[in-house]
Amino acid sequence: MSRLEVLKTYKIYIGGKFPRTESGRFYTPKVGGKSLGNICLSSRKDFKNAVVAARSAFSKWSSATAYNRSQVLYRIAEILEGRKAQFVEELTQQGSSKSQANKEVETSIDRIIYYAGWCDKYTQLFSAVNPVATSHFNFTAPEPTGVVSVFAPEENSLIGLVSTIAPVIASGNTCVVLASEKLPLCAITFAEVINASDVPGGVINILTGKRSELLEHMASHMDVNAFLYTGNDKKEMLSIQELAVENLKRVRLKDFSNVYSLDHETPYYIEDFLEMKTTWHPIEKIGAAGSGY
Amino acid sequence: MAKKTIKINFDTGWDLAPAPESTGHIQLNEQYNLFIGGKWVKPSSGNYFATTNPADETTLAMVAEANNKDVDKAVKAARKAYDTVWSKMSAKERGKYIYRIARLIQEKAREFAVIESLDGGKPIRESRDVDIPLAAAHFFYYAGWADKLEYAFPNRKPQPLGVAGQITPWNFPLLMAAWKIAPALATGNTIVLKPAETTPLTALKLAEAIQEAGLPDGVVNIITGAGETGAAIVNHNDVDKIAFTGSTGVGKIIQNAIAGTHKKATLELGGKAANIIFEDAALDQAVEGIINGIYFNQGHVCCAGSRLFVQESVYNIVLRKLKDRMESLIVGNPLDKNTDIGAINSKEQLQVINKYLKIGEKEGAEMYQSNCSIPKKGYWCKPTLFTNVSQSNRIVQEEIFGPVLAIQTFRTVAEVIEKANNTPFGLSAGVWTDKGSKLFNMTSQLNAGIIWGNTFNKFDPTSPFGGYKESGFGREGGLHGLKPYLKF
Repeated sequence: MSRLEVLKTYKIYIGGKFPRTESGRFYTPKVGGKSLGNICLSSRKDFKNAVVAARSAFSKWSSATAYNRSQVLYRIAEILEGRKAQFVEELTQQGSSKSQANKEVETSIDRIIYYAGWCDKYTQLFSAVNPVATSHFNFTAPEPTGVVSVFAPEENSLIGLVSTIAPVIASGNTCVVLASEKLPLCAITFAEVINASDVPGGVINILTGKRSELLEHMASHMDVNAFLYTGNDKKEMLSIQELAVENLKRVRLKDFSNVYSLDHETPYYIEDFLEMKTTWHPIEKIGAAGSGY
Repeated sequence: MAKKTIKINFDTGWDLAPAPESTGHIQLNEQYNLFIGGKWVKPSSGNYFATTNPADETTLAMVAEANNKDVDKAVKAARKAYDTVWSKMSAKERGKYIYRIARLIQEKAREFAVIESLDGGKPIRESRDVDIPLAAAHFFYYAGWADKLEYAFPNRKPQPLGVAGQITPWNFPLLMAAWKIAPALATGNTIVLKPAETTPLTALKLAEAIQEAGLPDGVVNIITGAGETGAAIVNHNDVDKIAFTGSTGVGKIIQNAIAGTHKKATLELGGKAANIIFEDAALDQAVEGIINGIYFNQGHVCCAGSRLFVQESVYNIVLRKLKDRMESLIVGNPLDKNTDIGAINSKEQLQVINKYLKIGEKEGAEMYQSNCSIPKKGYWCKPTLFTNVSQSNRIVQEEIFGPVLAIQTFRTVAEVIEKANNTPFGLSAGVWTDKGSKLFNMTSQLNAGIIWGNTFNKFDPTSPFGGYKESGFGREGGLHGLKPYLKF
């Protein structure tokens, strides 16, 4: 007698927990006429909850040691490697060939490793000790920007997701990510990987739903500090830029269509979500340059 | 038994004799045209406006008002210079031109300083010792970067953006022009710069120096006008980059205007800096830091320490020392070398400050002003502080841009961090303590782009400057100041 398969209920991921959307709504993306499932159609309220979770996770994650963040990212890759088969299956379900799916999962794992390695290195790359002409010790070092709204790429739903999240969180930012609208399956499964990987709850929050519905809220929320947009829809980009003005969000518009390219492995993606802080302190005396305080 | 306190008596007849800087050696035209394509051209509207001395309300010169047509002419000149000369020139030669500008400012430092004080009202001691030397140093610093850019960005190929539109404020007129022009030139861009309408003269004198330096025509264009002229620059299609220093309100308008375009922006906007005094600080130095933090340049400083936080245990003594020190500040003739606080930059700004003084009192705060005398003519504001204020007061939340300090107290580190960060701004902050570990804890937790530990209001061309949050983005100064003018 054949066994009845247990189907998975796809949820969203907020503050380290897996709720269904508070709105109770769903949508049913299809690939080749076949439904991918009843996916949560996240609401504005879900997004707001996610921002609250991201903000409360920020102080701890941004003050974690770089070594610790590096190991947490590495741990994500470890867990992902162990669940390769599951992702390959889901990607195939979303229309990828087996070999494409294999490549996507493997590149995703390697990309996380790549950014894991940067966690305790980018600071030295972007910092400076500044030779001011007064008797002060003066240095500039980066700090994470804060809470970041992310539109993950529509295509390449796993590698795209991973390539946007990893550089954002590597420096201590936290994020709320809207997964690919038409290919949302592995985003939620990836949330399960994150949940099993020592990533503190709230650091990465993943929603499913529609860009058209959530764009306004993700771009205008006053407690979000930056927006990472992937795609090339001129109308979307314009409204994000306009909505971001009110609290001067840092808006980064990226084309991720060529996501396998090594161009997407760069510390400058980390730099996109850093703020430079310059600190001055008097030195008692240097030569002729006098300054009491 | 009540403790006897010693009160310093300032009314002892120990007045300093006037020590005015002479204006005999400066050269000012009666009328200034627009500096476009290496030539001085008349504005197409034929309109000129007066720039006045805020210390005596006299007219210093008439200055051209640039309209859309003039802006277009300037952008075209900048584009032509970019395409035909500047982008083709070797970086080494480019650098040498910038060195020349630095040297010319040094040679004419005294003239620049006097004009800066005449036009803007700032004490000659500040224009002479801070504004002008730093402006020259800024050019000198960035000149050397011109042929070394690839070392600043590992694994990338930096390229100039093209034509940069730059809009500068009235608080540090020449210095802000230097902050804008020097890195833009070093990175290979050409420029259309508009100085603030109340203080255009040193930028126009800089145009003369640039001419004297032999810079190719059109590489730097300097045009004058008010907000509409600035808007025309921002909205011009052939401008690749907007660099703006000014209010957060206008910064947001600019950011909105360039949404959906290819234009990049650097915005250096408002601030409401916390200056935090712990009980273990060297209090006399801290008091000097408070004075410097809020009364430097009449408080017309975006990074001014306008919110003072004093630990409760030393509040009374700090307040007494602060009031004593305020009494010793000399308010008056900007050209007098003894003057500590000069004239408020314009009538409009004085009205803004006075409006806030009223708001402060209306909200229940207690106002204190020093007993100094102020001249009859001109625009003046006595050094002012408010006590008994709360976080929600408008004089605590909003940028006043004048010599007005709001004082609050705190007990714990956690409390003061919470209070200090409770603002949409994030430009600068100051911390005073003798304990190193406490200092570093504070400097890492304050959300601001510049943190001064046991010092305040220090600037240097090698030191990146710029804000967090609504104080803007992008950095000016240092290696980090190159990036906003490059693409990769």
